[in-house]
Amino acid sequence: MAETTFPNATQVLEPFRGIKRVTMEEYFTSGHRTCQGCESALVMKLMVKAAGPRTIVLGSTGCMYVANTTYYTTPWVVPWMHTQLGSSGSAALGTAAGLKSLMRKGKMKAEPINVIAFCGDGGGADMGIGAISATLTHKEYNSLILLYDNESYANTDIQLSGMTPYGAHTTFSPPGKAKRIIHTRWKKNMAGMMAAGHPECRYVATVCASFAVDMMNKVRRALTIGGPTFIHSLDPCPKGWDYDPMLSHELGELAIETGVFPLYEVEDGQVKYYGKTKSIVEGRPRKPVREYLLKQGRFAHFTEEDLAYFQAKVDEMWQWEIPAVVPFRRLDRAKAALEVK
Amino acid sequence: MAVETKAAQAAEDKELLISGSEAVAEALTLADIDVVTAYPIRPYDTVMQAIAKKISGGQLQAEYIVAEGEHSQFEIVKHASMVNARVFCGSSGVGWAYAMECLVVTPSLRVPMVALVGNRALDDPGAFGVEHNDALFVRDLGWMLCWIDTSQEALDTTLIAYRVAEDRRVFLPLAISADGAFLTHSQAITMVPPKEKVDRFLPRYDRGDLQLHPDNPITVAPQVNEDWVIEIRRQTNEAMKRATTVIEEAYTDFRRVFGRGPENPWFEEYMTEDADVILIGMGTISLPLKVAIREMRAKGKKVGLVRLRWFRPFPTDRLVAALSKAHAIGVIDRDYSFGSPFGSGVVANEVRAAMYNAATRPPLVSFTGGLGGREVTLEDVHKVTEMCFAAAASGKSDVQTHWLGVRE
Repeated sequence: MAETTFPNATQVLEPFRGIKRVTMEEYFTSGHRTCQGCESALVMKLMVKAAGPRTIVLGSTGCMYVANTTYYTTPWVVPWMHTQLGSSGSAALGTAAGLKSLMRKGKMKAEPINVIAFCGDGGGADMGIGAISATLTHKEYNSLILLYDNESYANTDIQLSGMTPYGAHTTFSPPGKAKRIIHTRWKKNMAGMMAAGHPECRYVATVCASFAVDMMNKVRRALTIGGPTFIHSLDPCPKGWDYDPMLSHELGELAIETGVFPLYEVEDGQVKYYGKTKSIVEGRPRKPVREYLLKQGRFAHFTEEDLAYFQAKVDEMWQWEIPAVVPFRRLDRAKAALEVK
Repeated sequence: MAVETKAAQAAEDKELLISGSEAVAEALTLADIDVVTAYPIRPYDTVMQAIAKKISGGQLQAEYIVAEGEHSQFEIVKHASMVNARVFCGSSGVGWAYAMECLVVTPSLRVPMVALVGNRALDDPGAFGVEHNDALFVRDLGWMLCWIDTSQEALDTTLIAYRVAEDRRVFLPLAISADGAFLTHSQAITMVPPKEKVDRFLPRYDRGDLQLHPDNPITVAPQVNEDWVIEIRRQTNEAMKRATTVIEEAYTDFRRVFGRGPENPWFEEYMTEDADVILIGMGTISLPLKVAIREMRAKGKKVGLVRLRWFRPFPTDRLVAALSKAHAIGVIDRDYSFGSPFGSGVVANEVRAAMYNAATRPPLVSFTGGLGGREVTLEDVHKVTEMCFAAAASGKSDVQTHWLGVRE
């Protein structure tokens, strides 16, 4: 018997053409207890608003688990399930495989159901990176893994993760008299790594909820292209970053304008910058990183030297062969640059 | 009636010479599993090799996923089970340990996954041979746990496992333990039933209102804290209690449909009726024990064997009834529990606990042997039996645990 391929049918989700065309229905509503100014809660809301009602959401351990879902109450209008801290990849894969098997064998009504698994930066970029990576190679299962990156283990008292920016003050990296900077590692490049390392993953994007319509449209693209996809969202966190909750939106914008966090999509291997990042690529000057860093208490201990180091590292990102996306430099150009010196 | 006869004629069992792992794969094909996840570790991985052939050969239609580690292996099937897929997984030794977080969460999520543990010694040092400590990790967590002895029992128990685990009164995960190499890799003639018979025994998995689907938009496993967690533990406890009845029903029905299978699901009794000494063990250790018992019987020594099949739920009442008749009990553990009461293995101390309320408590002698796949010899069994007869004569339990076949 010849192997029959079951098509990766997806839902039809056209992009929203402007904020006035966005649907009114909400699938993440009241019933959660996230902090004032929580950008990640907004990401959850926009994510399922973009996905619509025929969606299953899996949430790995983190603040979007603990603060969102307390027994006897839930903000989720769509089916939702907890998964273990390092399991967002496996949760997406298992759910998609279960649905596909049952539909293929006629045990369940066949229809495209969106499967979204979300993870924080700790669950996704630290503990769960292996499972996410594996899932992005399983091209026959449609799923989206959305990493909401508030740059710390924010649910457990703000401990540093592999995604915490250089030098930030967390409860695991308190500045002291002997050591001003405890956390000396540079943040992982998750979206670039996922795009570069998984040749059959058709769609990777970075988003920021400060640009809500763009963000929702990236989710819709990720859910309709077929196969496993990955979105990295940068989420300002008033508690972890130590700023006035009213500034969440502004800090998201500053992260983009300073070039610390680039907005781009990689679709079938094509890199496409969008929003304010596109302007930067086209020549608009980046704002100095100090405008972004000094609005946050977690960098209050930074000296001029620290600010200069941070700025230089960000400048370096923009020298990459594919600026701010993949940290590769071609040998011939690198050599040429040395010769000029 | 005529239809029934016709069906019975068409539905003949076929005989195959297959290993324990291959027998499990036959059962999984008959059970029409939907999602299966593989990751290599010896000796359990032989079952996944057998399943892979079933998939490539077209006998089994299932999503077959090679995971990147045991943690993912178990998480993938857990989530597939939540949307109503019948799932299978498994591991051995430290692989089972690597999946531990995912093994912990399945009982309270009421996920009826079935797993094969190909029992293997834990690292370090590396060893492929059998020890039961890997499977025993989950004995307190809400996993049902049984040990099998033959390829036939492997096939039959796998079918029974789905029937029991997926019963709505239970909805708990179930691990089938098979001694590494001795059973996973050893071939024996096995009767493989036709699909029609299996369909009469095993209904479709139906998660009902616990299914995760857009038509049933539930929120599963929210944070509960001290407000609710003890009630959830109690629910798991009640489900495990109900499993006792469901297991009895399943074996009765199995005998009705397939015309074979034990009267007593919980343990095999071998020459125990008039036995002065009853030995207890789990898994393939039954072979040297049975041979030695026959030798001793020939010399007039009345020795019998209780081979435990089910460890969770533990068959307390029936076991106590069976053991109370003896003048001494000898428990041979293929596991260890360092620092435990009397330094005994897990089975010996469970039996001691079960016997505590018994009206008659024969003396008990405990042994640790066969670790890492070391052979338990006939000589070992003769020594064990002599010590048990000595305990019967003195009427006293031994306070130490004796290690068998150790170079000292």
